[in-house]
Amino acid sequence: MSDLLALAQSIVARASGSEQIEVFVASSTEVDVEAYQGAIESLTTASSDGIGIRVLRDGAGGAQVGSAWAGSLDEEAISDALREARDNVQFASEDEFLAFARPDGVLPVSLELVSDDIERVSLDEKIAMAIALEQAVRHGDPRIRQVDSASYSDYRAASAIASTTGIAARYARTGAYLSVSPIASDGKDDQSGWGLSAGRGPRDLSIEQAAEDAIRRATRMLGATKPKSRKTVAVFDPRTAASLMSIIGGSLSGEAVVRGRSFFAGRMGEVVGSSDITLVDDPTDARHFAASIFDGEGLACRRNTLIEDGVLKAFVYDTVSARRAGTTSTGSALRGGIGGSPSAGCRALQMTPGQLNQAEIFEAIGDGVFVESLSGVHSGVNPISGDFSVGITGLVIRDGQLAEPIREATVASTLQRMLQDVIYVGSDQEWLPGSAAGQTIAIDGISVSGS
Amino acid sequence: MTTETLLEQSIVEGVLATAMARGGEFAEIFVEDRSTSSATLDQRRVEELTSGRERGAGIRVVVGDTTGFAHTADLSPASLQRAAEAAASVARSGGGGTVTVALERHRGHSTIAQELPSSVDKKRKIEMLLHADEVARSVGDAISQVQVALGDSSRRFLVANSEGTFAGDHQVRTRFNVSCIAAGDTGMQTGYRPVAGTRGFEMLSPERIADAATGAARQAITKLQSRPAPSGDLPVVLAGGSGGILFHEACGHGLEADAILKQASIYAGKVGEQVASELVTLVDDGTVMGEWGYLAIDDEGRPASRNVLIENGILTDYMWDFLRARKEGRTSSGNGRRQTYAHLPLVRMTNTYLLEGSSTPEEIIASTPYGVYVAQLGGGQVNTTTGDFVFGMTEAYLIENGEITTPLRECNLIGNGPDVLKRVDAVANDFSMTPGTCGKDGQQVPVGTGQATMRLTGVTIGGTAA
Repeated sequence: MSDLLALAQSIVARASGSEQIEVFVASSTEVDVEAYQGAIESLTTASSDGIGIRVLRDGAGGAQVGSAWAGSLDEEAISDALREARDNVQFASEDEFLAFARPDGVLPVSLELVSDDIERVSLDEKIAMAIALEQAVRHGDPRIRQVDSASYSDYRAASAIASTTGIAARYARTGAYLSVSPIASDGKDDQSGWGLSAGRGPRDLSIEQAAEDAIRRATRMLGATKPKSRKTVAVFDPRTAASLMSIIGGSLSGEAVVRGRSFFAGRMGEVVGSSDITLVDDPTDARHFAASIFDGEGLACRRNTLIEDGVLKAFVYDTVSARRAGTTSTGSALRGGIGGSPSAGCRALQMTPGQLNQAEIFEAIGDGVFVESLSGVHSGVNPISGDFSVGITGLVIRDGQLAEPIREATVASTLQRMLQDVIYVGSDQEWLPGSAAGQTIAIDGISVSGS
Repeated sequence: MTTETLLEQSIVEGVLATAMARGGEFAEIFVEDRSTSSATLDQRRVEELTSGRERGAGIRVVVGDTTGFAHTADLSPASLQRAAEAAASVARSGGGGTVTVALERHRGHSTIAQELPSSVDKKRKIEMLLHADEVARSVGDAISQVQVALGDSSRRFLVANSEGTFAGDHQVRTRFNVSCIAAGDTGMQTGYRPVAGTRGFEMLSPERIADAATGAARQAITKLQSRPAPSGDLPVVLAGGSGGILFHEACGHGLEADAILKQASIYAGKVGEQVASELVTLVDDGTVMGEWGYLAIDDEGRPASRNVLIENGILTDYMWDFLRARKEGRTSSGNGRRQTYAHLPLVRMTNTYLLEGSSTPEEIIASTPYGVYVAQLGGGQVNTTTGDFVFGMTEAYLIENGEITTPLRECNLIGNGPDVLKRVDAVANDFSMTPGTCGKDGQQVPVGTGQATMRLTGVTIGGTAA
């Protein structure tokens, strides 16, 4: 890969006196191996490049911005994108809060986010891992009748951001994943499960962990039935709890708040949840898969405590949402690829672990439902009103123990109530891919709908 | 520019020959040039306009049950040759020798769009956004926020394979969304209306924009009066149009041949069996002109077609792409689609709908003593192994004594596909379609769904009220 920062800076240098330019350049390579019945089903090798350019002009009533992107780094694509971005500027409204990020003196932490095993491990070995995973699951339990998909994938990505306002950031990261989804059958009933192992490189992965997880999840669901409708305690496993935290994190975005689209708006300093909840967004914690040195505007990432002992302490901001709110960026700009503009959001959430592990939580609550998968999260959660209603599968908890499996059920409450009703936060913190780490969480007062 | 000019025929043939040289049984090159633009208005502020351009080629080689795939954004002959070699590397047996590929005469298709997005002045796009904002705000003082988004895409592609296919299409799509927030004593509620089609700007008349804006605003205001939805098994009446997504999820995905061939669908081996109420005739149809899932050819070069999946309750066929059809010794049904050149084709739906029946919507509601009327369904999700699905109800009401009464707060519907298909007990005659985005294995493609007002005898409503 050529020097992306130098390329970004060379485009920034084309800015005329009356405009500001910000350039985001990204380049990545990827391998994906799908295995099926002991052989390769598909093998993908690819590289991709892209560039996103934003142009800003100051006017009497504030600044205007326009942008353009291209899926390649050749000179023609770059100059086309620059021309389009410049043309787009004039149509945007003038906005006094609009600005590009400026260096704010916060020094980036040093994080090792690259594993050279991505190149050191041969393609043949990667293929062998995918096949071994598929076979381990297929032959791991007599009730497994099919392995729908089993894959090894990895990537190496590099990106750089430069701007006329003095931003110059570059970073690289790698990631490797094993993922598998089997179907278990007991002759009458079919159930699916999935297992995952993730790391920065192939040597961090565990075939056994992914396989065992997938087999356990699929076989444990056999014979599942609709539960009786009732109000009860729902215990979310680390994966589903991480999904819940990501949803909560979305409402802690300063952008959602200043736009009046968060149920947290106007509640700073108030008790918003149980005193067991301390939630931080900390991309500087290298254990988190989403750890990052710079944010989407090229500012250093930092640790932000959002909720402390149940009290709302802070929102996360990028440059524009911070200016709108009369504060400064928390280094929390996210960028959805080359075509996306920066927006404020949580990147690497984690909750302070509690005292009890999962089994102890089951014992403490006695009866309830254990939630192992969520569905319909994008349709069933309204981050503005807080309405929450999602499909679940899992198991009944009876007398402090896991009992029969359940399916075709929903759990419902509101996000506001759920935060207040958290009764246990587990000690079993798990680092998962995505924007939140997980641990077991028990929430009271949840409506379970079934039969 | 025609799709043929994306890449010269001699280069295409050379790349396919390289892709086949190591013993491949099938090779394909897909070349794409896509331009997009979008503009959003948020609280009367025109946020940035964005334009994008992406070009590249994906090459796949099939040997036995194995597919090799490589893609590149560099369309130079040297880069394409390298990608062809990378894709061919799965053919390890060697092969060797010279392979020649002879393509048929190029079959190009052109867009049905009359007013191409690229010809529309950006100023006019902004005026359309502002118009929608004004109309939405005029609906009621409770409207506190309005967001309007306009997006268009122009996608030219060329696809050629070692069996002689050499075809191309130009797909133009335009989309206009209005989202509103209404604020009241009970908190905030949202309203949403999309207008989308495989057409150009001729689709976006001032009336159509005003309709969408009014609809979104009314929905948000109405929901301010909503109360918690009931919890448990109830009869559900789905309004014409947006309920089609339920059948897309509840059984469409289970009828895709990839899930069938892996015995990962509950519908595997059930052709000829009664799988639904006799009132159910389900069709997937890429030829519905101008709909969001419309296409002249699929992304493997196969002409789109109308495929009857379930007829009067009896399962008649599945949906097929090239690879799955080849395995079964049949032809593709025109359902091979890919998000971009950088993705492998998968079996995907196009426009999936239930044929209308003979009741009227009024009769169906009047004959429902107690239940839920769903005016708009949001997104959903299905587990194809079990058939279990979940859907958000973004606008719903209680039905009491045969009349639509109180609006309900948002919540999910949950059910089981095979079960729900048997629970269809009335279908009306007011068919309409809704645009949507379907995600599968990380790939997003535009799809249409449709149905007439209909009733399900029982679905689980995931509300919080008793």
